[in-house]
Amino acid sequence: MDTKSISRRQLLKGTGALVVSFSFWGPVSQALAQGAAQSGRPTAPAHNGDLDATQLDSWLAVAQDGKVTIFTSKVELGTGVETALAQMVAEELDVSFKRIYMDVGDTDRTVDQAVTAGSRTLERAGPQLRQAAAAGRQQLLKLASARLGVPADRLTVNDGVVSVIGSPAKKISYGDLVNGKRFDVQVSATGTGWDMKIAPEVPAKNYKDYKIVGTSVARVDLPAKFTGEFTYTQDVRVPGMLHGRVVRPPTVNSKPASVDESSVRDIPGIVKIVQEGNFVGVVAETEWAAIRAARSLKVTWSAPGTKLPANTGQVDDYLKNTKSFRDQVAVNKGNVETTISQASKVYQATYHWPFQIHGMIAPSCAVADVRDGQATIWAGSQGPFATRGRVANLLGIPPQNVRVLYRESSGCYGRLSTDDVPEDAAVMSRAVGKPVRVQWMREDEHAWEPKGPQQLISVRAAVDTQGKVVAWDYLDRSFPWTTSGTALLASQQLGIKPTGPGAPNGTGGGGDIYTFDHQKVVAALIPWVQPDPTPLRTSNLRAPGELARTFATESFIDEMAADLAVDPVQFRLRYLNKDVRPTDALRAAAKQAQWKERPSPAPPAPGPKATGRGVAIANRANTITAAVAEVEVDKTTGKVLVKRVSFAHDCGLIVNPDGLKNQIEGNIIQGISRTLMEQVQFDESGIKSLDWASHPIITYQDIPQIDIVLINRPEMGPLGGGEPSISPVPGAIANAIFDATGVRLREIPLTPKRVLAGLQAGTLSSKRL
Amino acid sequence: MAQISLNVNGKSRVLNTDPSTPLLYVLRDDLELNGPRFGCGLSQCGACTVIMDGKAVRSCSIAVSAAQARNITTLEGLGTVAHPHYLQTAFIEEQAAQCGYCMNGMIMTAKVLLDQNANPSEPEIRRALNANLCRCGSHLRVIRAVQRAAREKVSA
Repeated sequence: MDTKSISRRQLLKGTGALVVSFSFWGPVSQALAQGAAQSGRPTAPAHNGDLDATQLDSWLAVAQDGKVTIFTSKVELGTGVETALAQMVAEELDVSFKRIYMDVGDTDRTVDQAVTAGSRTLERAGPQLRQAAAAGRQQLLKLASARLGVPADRLTVNDGVVSVIGSPAKKISYGDLVNGKRFDVQVSATGTGWDMKIAPEVPAKNYKDYKIVGTSVARVDLPAKFTGEFTYTQDVRVPGMLHGRVVRPPTVNSKPASVDESSVRDIPGIVKIVQEGNFVGVVAETEWAAIRAARSLKVTWSAPGTKLPANTGQVDDYLKNTKSFRDQVAVNKGNVETTISQASKVYQATYHWPFQIHGMIAPSCAVADVRDGQATIWAGSQGPFATRGRVANLLGIPPQNVRVLYRESSGCYGRLSTDDVPEDAAVMSRAVGKPVRVQWMREDEHAWEPKGPQQLISVRAAVDTQGKVVAWDYLDRSFPWTTSGTALLASQQLGIKPTGPGAPNGTGGGGDIYTFDHQKVVAALIPWVQPDPTPLRTSNLRAPGELARTFATESFIDEMAADLAVDPVQFRLRYLNKDVRPTDALRAAAKQAQWKERPSPAPPAPGPKATGRGVAIANRANTITAAVAEVEVDKTTGKVLVKRVSFAHDCGLIVNPDGLKNQIEGNIIQGISRTLMEQVQFDESGIKSLDWASHPIITYQDIPQIDIVLINRPEMGPLGGGEPSISPVPGAIANAIFDATGVRLREIPLTPKRVLAGLQAGTLSSKRL
Repeated sequence: MAQISLNVNGKSRVLNTDPSTPLLYVLRDDLELNGPRFGCGLSQCGACTVIMDGKAVRSCSIAVSAAQARNITTLEGLGTVAHPHYLQTAFIEEQAAQCGYCMNGMIMTAKVLLDQNANPSEPEIRRALNANLCRCGSHLRVIRAVQRAAREKVSA
């Protein structure tokens, strides 16, 4: 994730040539200037944890009974990462897995390791905790050496019991060595967040000696999740707790011109109608009273300062016609323009990706207790310290006066990296002086979660007379994450201004996995700063930006392979340039799928159904993936059924094979849903897909067979597995539809209507210039 | 407000509440049962599923007044981590969840399915669970867990 901020100068430079085509964005330059001027308090100051990262005690504690507690601000989001991190720690400490207890996401008790996101937890926090554990083991051996009277190199450890090599009777346990005390020793610590390095000089175990890492240890959290004994964010209850609901405005800064309290007078149990700035909420004794009151309360809102676009097509036009404020150049080599202008054959295509939602099954929820200048927040935030900073800023108190206690919510896929609801709860708790639990309703979440941004991608390539691709020119146009590093909903409603246009939507997936002689990959950021932000605000959504970019890349590669009548796997291998990891992954997926070499499309099939296969590969955060999708297309209805997905995955060292497979299965299934079904519906008046009926997602009847090949590279260390495997899914499906029918679809979602339209148009091959 | 008597997990409970309150909020907030979960409040996702007189129902959309004199079973009524129900054991064995938030609905719906059909086919399992949404994509593991539970119930 790139978190570089954009300077005022860059911003204004960008706005100078803005083409503002539609009134619904209003005066963009005005909004940019407002943001840059940073009027009001600064938002969400960067703040490191207060615990000293150079103290071993900040990372781990050993109890008398041998239980080891690990303190980490990396949180479990349902991906199994807590179990995997515990495996790495147990391995390094030479204790059995069951002795490890993870104390997670308490800002008073953990070092700030930054947000849990981007498939970077095992890659970055894994080594942080591993090295802390290695430093702990080193210190424990030092203590044992003194107690047993032999040098540390003559000691061995078995499940937390240190003994003398050759004299097993001479032994002492970790618990007895520490004897209920703190270590009180220093470890080296440099850098912050993801880039923090803890005790890198301490030797860690060689992977060849691993006994716990690399095994499918059962997830620690699951049993209680299957019995109702697990405490989700939604299950937090504190004494005297009240229930809050927010009354949502049409746009973020809409003003409540009038609030008619008499409209809810008949509902028993209302404690307070909270109105502060532009924020309106209801606090009640029971959840049902809060829901009824929020629904019934008559609020007249001022006319919105911004309209939403009328449809996806208008957003495409805006993306196409508006100058970017930042061109992120991922690759630029050779001379792409000249090569294309002189080539005998040039291909060009444009791909469309719509706004999509994260779609958490549990709508946002948090509990806040704000009293006497102190706040305690129970939240499912991916970044407990980020939430601490935002809440402190909102309340105007020092971050040290806010304690965030992480409690897991449902899977969030990036949505809770900008967790809005703790702010709603904090505002309402402060207003009533009691703890308040705020639960967003389903329509709040569908409407107001920050969306994965729309993207418009154009690709050109030139082929020489031998049929070799010699130039690749890739341009992604999309929006930044407007909620990143800036004021969230309640903060803005209370007058805190956004500080800028937000973080970029990534650059990967634009064909940089391949090598061409002349190659350019650019991800252009189009300003999406609205004077009065609409519910189309944006954020990181699983494999952010890369899902769309990989869809475009892998579709376009396939289009060229088809036109040149080359087998799609063989065509890709040519441009992987013997790069070992993607080559191995591609071959492994093809082998798993029993791929038969031939060009696409398949020979036309008689009958109402056509079948086809498609391949795609991806590199997300250095994890390599390859997918082969097999589809069945109903030619009369246009319905696409994915029958089977064969998948190869290389994320370096595999810590927990079954946990990894679980993630890959989930990514494939969510990827199919987002490819075939999902798009935010909206018009000028607001979001129209407000529930699961108007925004359906995949269900059991459409779940394919999934066959996974794991490629283990223990010498590399661990890489992420939480999201990379979603990246190749859309391209593999689109290519399989082409293989089955000869119809090339370039706009997501690949709905029956679009498939039918393609079949009727009889498009049989890719367009060529 | 009215006095409401409920029979939940074999115990009778009397409470004073707004009779129009959806059963879900009474189970969660008054009886502190966390198994049934709020997902949509619209009968669309299944996270709030409980068993009422042998049928899997959506507790978010049933007024508590309509749940009186019925036998209600929640996820807690099946088993505990210490003493799990065979369905819960099968879900653990198959590691059949990611975030697990929707799993209350999967397990309670599967319970009713297996009560009515001890040996369901895979298409029957898919059909029975089809109206229960899972965003993490644990569907295949859930299907395997239900199949495992069916096998183990028969052999038990």
